[in-house]
Amino acid sequence: MLKKNKIHVIFGDEEPLMNAVLELRKAGIRIKDAFTPFPVHGLDAAMGIPRTRIAIASFLFGITGTSLATLMMWYMMIYDWPNDIGGKPNWAYYYNMPAFIPITFESTVFCAAHLMVLTYLLSSWLLPGVPPKNPDPRTTDDKFMLYLELTDEQSKLAEDIAKKNGAEEVNYKGEIYIEPKY
Amino acid sequence: MHINKEKLQFVFDAKAKTFAYTLMGIGLVSIIAMFIVDGQHHAEHYHLNRAWANVFSGAFFFTALSLGAAFFLGMQYAAEAGWATTIKRVIEATSLYLPYGLSILFLLFILGQLHIHHIYHWMAEGIADPSSPNYDPVIAGKIGYFGWFWWLRTILYIVLWTWFTLQLRKNSLEADKYELGGDNHAYHWKNVKLGAWFMVVFAVTSSTSAWDWIMSIDTHWYSTLFGWYTFSGLWISAISFMTLLIIWLRKNGYLEFVTESTIHDMGKWMFAISFLWTYMYFSQFMLIWYADIPEEVTYFQIRWESYKSLMWFVLFINFAFPMVLLMSRDSKRNFNFLAFVGTIVFIGHYLDVIMMVMPGTVGKHWTGISWMEVGTFLFYLGLFIFVVLKNLEKAPLLVRNHPFLEESLHLHT
Repeated sequence: MLKKNKIHVIFGDEEPLMNAVLELRKAGIRIKDAFTPFPVHGLDAAMGIPRTRIAIASFLFGITGTSLATLMMWYMMIYDWPNDIGGKPNWAYYYNMPAFIPITFESTVFCAAHLMVLTYLLSSWLLPGVPPKNPDPRTTDDKFMLYLELTDEQSKLAEDIAKKNGAEEVNYKGEIYIEPKY
Repeated sequence: MHINKEKLQFVFDAKAKTFAYTLMGIGLVSIIAMFIVDGQHHAEHYHLNRAWANVFSGAFFFTALSLGAAFFLGMQYAAEAGWATTIKRVIEATSLYLPYGLSILFLLFILGQLHIHHIYHWMAEGIADPSSPNYDPVIAGKIGYFGWFWWLRTILYIVLWTWFTLQLRKNSLEADKYELGGDNHAYHWKNVKLGAWFMVVFAVTSSTSAWDWIMSIDTHWYSTLFGWYTFSGLWISAISFMTLLIIWLRKNGYLEFVTESTIHDMGKWMFAISFLWTYMYFSQFMLIWYADIPEEVTYFQIRWESYKSLMWFVLFINFAFPMVLLMSRDSKRNFNFLAFVGTIVFIGHYLDVIMMVMPGTVGKHWTGISWMEVGTFLFYLGLFIFVVLKNLEKAPLLVRNHPFLEESLHLHT
């Protein structure tokens, strides 16, 4: 059984937070999570979080939107009930292409944007009724927090580095016990 | 952050000078050859039309480009944006071609009024006089908007734009005279005010000048969207030129303080404004196509009949190309690749200007892009590069007293 301390390190500003993160990582300490009142540029890279793949998802959603719009317009305007609008008979899809482009465009944007937001909410499990995961409500106001899970000796090192970089508080919030996998 | 003080001053070295002179030399020879060759072309209502249209296209494209840079600079001030502080001198240098470009354009307008070239149909003698053989009833109905009123507007644009551009530059240089790290940002706030006013002036004049200078070539035709279409074109040309210049300067050891994120942001601009251009181009086309009103479709009829391949080509390389190639983050962070796309987009928008000017002047006598277009382009490119680099040399590459300098030096996206 491996004992680990749950530690909340509180900062008053983004700069000490960033410096502490960089130094902690250099010392080989893994940062479990960070909670900030606003997005801190470059924090994800400093924490060593891999780049998000939401852009790829968004691209796929966009293509889905394009295809859906094309299918819908082809079915309605060409296949099911061809109309002669303004002397432009709809015998073939390409023939009336310019008229279909705005809808294709809007549908692409609609699907990409909405599905991307849904994907983000689902993947970070931020849904109505879900209990908040934020361990310290002050991080929604003016405090910045790092969440660490460390062994006793690492905790000492982390505390020193955090204090040196201007941490306002280092709070021990209990322990967890990890079953070794082998 | 460590900044190499020796590389803060750009040196316009002999190699770059030779390059600019060579471009101008090749261009000048081809312009002269173009006037001789085009003079052999004898058709009714054709008098060196293609040669003059080429000279005009080049003059307009590069003037519009520097105007786009001036607009971009004013916009950064008005929005109090910090990200572009490290590349501000590049934007300024690009915008400072404006007085030269406007002079060339103004000279061309005077030559038109003296009937030396026939780019503007409405400048023809007796166009509004029913007894004249040149009489054109459609233009006669619009003549109140042309004539002296046109000239008044033209002079107004030239004076206003030049004043704003030079004033923005002057304040920027004044601010440099204070010691580093000082708290005196008075000149910066002056420029913020100036930039905001420039946005107001530009919002109106960018549209009206496009109508006056470009749309009036096809005097019978009109489109309110034309101003924004031209504006988006000049904006994207400016963005791609400045991106190329920044990448080139970095390759030569300058601008090492510009973060990769700043260039990445320029790539994002290139991507976004390419879409804006396409949006404007297509909106104008689709409304005319759908309404199918004879007086409106003439614009696209001549393009469809005599310029079809060029029209598709311009749409393809200015839309599909940047869309597919600049979509991913990695492509915008690979600066060789970004420079490649920037070059394509830059040339693509020169061809777009050709598409605006040629059908109304050369018309059905068009034979496709030839050495004439290339040669004229090279001449203006050489002149433009020369003026821009000369202005880049006149001030340090990094501004000194700017409230957002520190932010820009650490830009991270």
